[in-house]
Amino acid sequence: MQNFQGVGVSPGRIIGSVRQMPKPVSEPPSGERLAADVAPEDAVARLKAAAQSVHDELKARADSASGDGKAVLEATALMAKDTMLLKSAGKLINAGSSAERAIWEAGASVSEMLHNLGGYMAERATDVLDVRARIVAELRGVPAPGIPSSETPFILVAEDLAPADTATLNPAVVLALVTSGGGPQSHTAIIARSLGLPAVVAAHGVDEIADGSEVYVDGAAGFVALEPSDEHRASATAWAETSATLAAFDGNGTTADGHLVPLLANVGGAKDAVAAAGLGAQGVGLFRTEFCFLERDTEPSVDEQAAAYKAVFDAFPGKKVVLRTLDAGADKPLPFLTDATEPNPALGVRGYRTDFTTPGVLERQLEAIARAASESEADVWVMAPMISTAAEAGRFASLCAAAGIKTPGVMVEVPSAALTAATVLREVGFASLGTNDLTQYAMAADRQLGPLAELNTPWQPAVLRLVQLTVEGAAQEGAGREASGGAGAAKPVGVCGEAAADPALAVVLTGLGVTTLSMTARSLAAVGTVLKTVTLEQAQELARLALSAPSATEAREWVRAKLPVLEELGL
Amino acid sequence: MPERTATVASRSGLHARPAALFAELAGEQPVDVTIAMQGQPEDEAMDAASILSLMTLGAAKGDVVVLRAEGDGADAALDALVKLLETDLDAE
Repeated sequence: MQNFQGVGVSPGRIIGSVRQMPKPVSEPPSGERLAADVAPEDAVARLKAAAQSVHDELKARADSASGDGKAVLEATALMAKDTMLLKSAGKLINAGSSAERAIWEAGASVSEMLHNLGGYMAERATDVLDVRARIVAELRGVPAPGIPSSETPFILVAEDLAPADTATLNPAVVLALVTSGGGPQSHTAIIARSLGLPAVVAAHGVDEIADGSEVYVDGAAGFVALEPSDEHRASATAWAETSATLAAFDGNGTTADGHLVPLLANVGGAKDAVAAAGLGAQGVGLFRTEFCFLERDTEPSVDEQAAAYKAVFDAFPGKKVVLRTLDAGADKPLPFLTDATEPNPALGVRGYRTDFTTPGVLERQLEAIARAASESEADVWVMAPMISTAAEAGRFASLCAAAGIKTPGVMVEVPSAALTAATVLREVGFASLGTNDLTQYAMAADRQLGPLAELNTPWQPAVLRLVQLTVEGAAQEGAGREASGGAGAAKPVGVCGEAAADPALAVVLTGLGVTTLSMTARSLAAVGTVLKTVTLEQAQELARLALSAPSATEAREWVRAKLPVLEELGL
Repeated sequence: MPERTATVASRSGLHARPAALFAELAGEQPVDVTIAMQGQPEDEAMDAASILSLMTLGAAKGDVVVLRAEGDGADAALDALVKLLETDLDAE
């Protein structure tokens, strides 16, 4: 029996048969010649036929896809039979190169050209390489790269998943995700949580598991076993039962002793909001408005925006909906707002900062929000992403006031905002911790990199300390107001990053004094169930324990050891 | 050889969706059409029906490009393509 240890990123215990994501297409050897008995014109014809069938396959996938994925697939399909690409490959074939080598080299030079142009074009460079790999696979008669299509359910094993793969992932047949690369905040992890699929990332050696092997996956422990034991089978059966009982959240987030911690949902649009309301969410803690913009080359009109926002507000009448203003930049470029040629986009003009370079977009968005809020019954709060200073918070608050928005707030994602929370909160009504970016910036570790998985977890004591500092800053600001004769209640500090979806971490965050937890709606049941098993005092004790740990691994282990309910429920 | 100059009108320049629409229309013409930036030598002109060529050309809003074609229907083809280039496709 062979076991693999990785990082558990989405709970669940399941047994199933493995399908490996096809290996990346290997490079045809440099200098590979056309076989002596093949005429160049026949090789060119064979290449064109392969290109045509890759085009047709991508076109068919584009037709069945929707949204962002569809636009990307359509453009990629066009590239497959592009004359520039095929003509330059044709020249190489006529000079004696094999068809595989010719398209490989032609693709490389086009891709390099695009890459050197930077910006939008540089992003398309990888699409050319994807097309090239598909054509080579077609010429060789091997499976195309990408998620295998299968009628029978399987456990998908891959090096890592790209956003484009997740668009074509069918949760009805994929039982669990296991990757050898990726980190706790990689796309694989985020998609697994939103689909409720058990997932393990950064599990070394899983690439070697043969297709069709039966494996046991524990998405909480980060464990994968070949040839599951009877004990594993019992766990998987037990999980199937508990996940059924966990399915319902009663809509009342509280500790065992009645300390209320409203559990809210992260949503990207009206569809998510309706689903979240159905799963018992007590409101929305993060409405990612950029999802209404992402497929756009131009800014949507105020009317269009107001309609999109109202559709989300209407799913939560009388409840809180926290809306985040446009968070473009870095991994979410918008052509009308962001400069894709920045050398260091994660540290660039993104989030609130796009207002420095493209003034007006934010004011129009606030106008649309105010209008939608006035036409709905939701309690609308509005926060700006990537706030670094109290001055930025103050300016955002005045823009909100000018638009008629009552409750302005800020995201705390940049460590400077956590460190100066008391002065930042003097300017606005609330703060919400975006733990994904806060972790990335505190640890100086790119969210998507597998080798940095260890650094990139919100269990890092340094990240927990920044959460604590933010809560302390809010208390200090409240005390300051009381001393000068005002009302002294601390302003709310919520968490809306992936951290809130981890039931053990949710307990720690509650202990640190966080007032609300917002997560993917799928996690509400698990977090709600675990939270009800501890008192506020126990949560505070666990928070102290986590803060005192020398490493993220120990912080997680120590806290989990004190929460036996996690093991019982397979979380 | 018949040729036309045109000013790119789309906000995002000649890439993304405008490039795809332009390449598609160029491919539908009865003649081969080439595209180059104004001032670029004629022998560096690229296939206007190739989305990758259009992307590597990197024409931004306001840039002037030269379209060329030869043979029956060249004039009509060029006129149709100029019209498309001078429309702000991002506004649709």
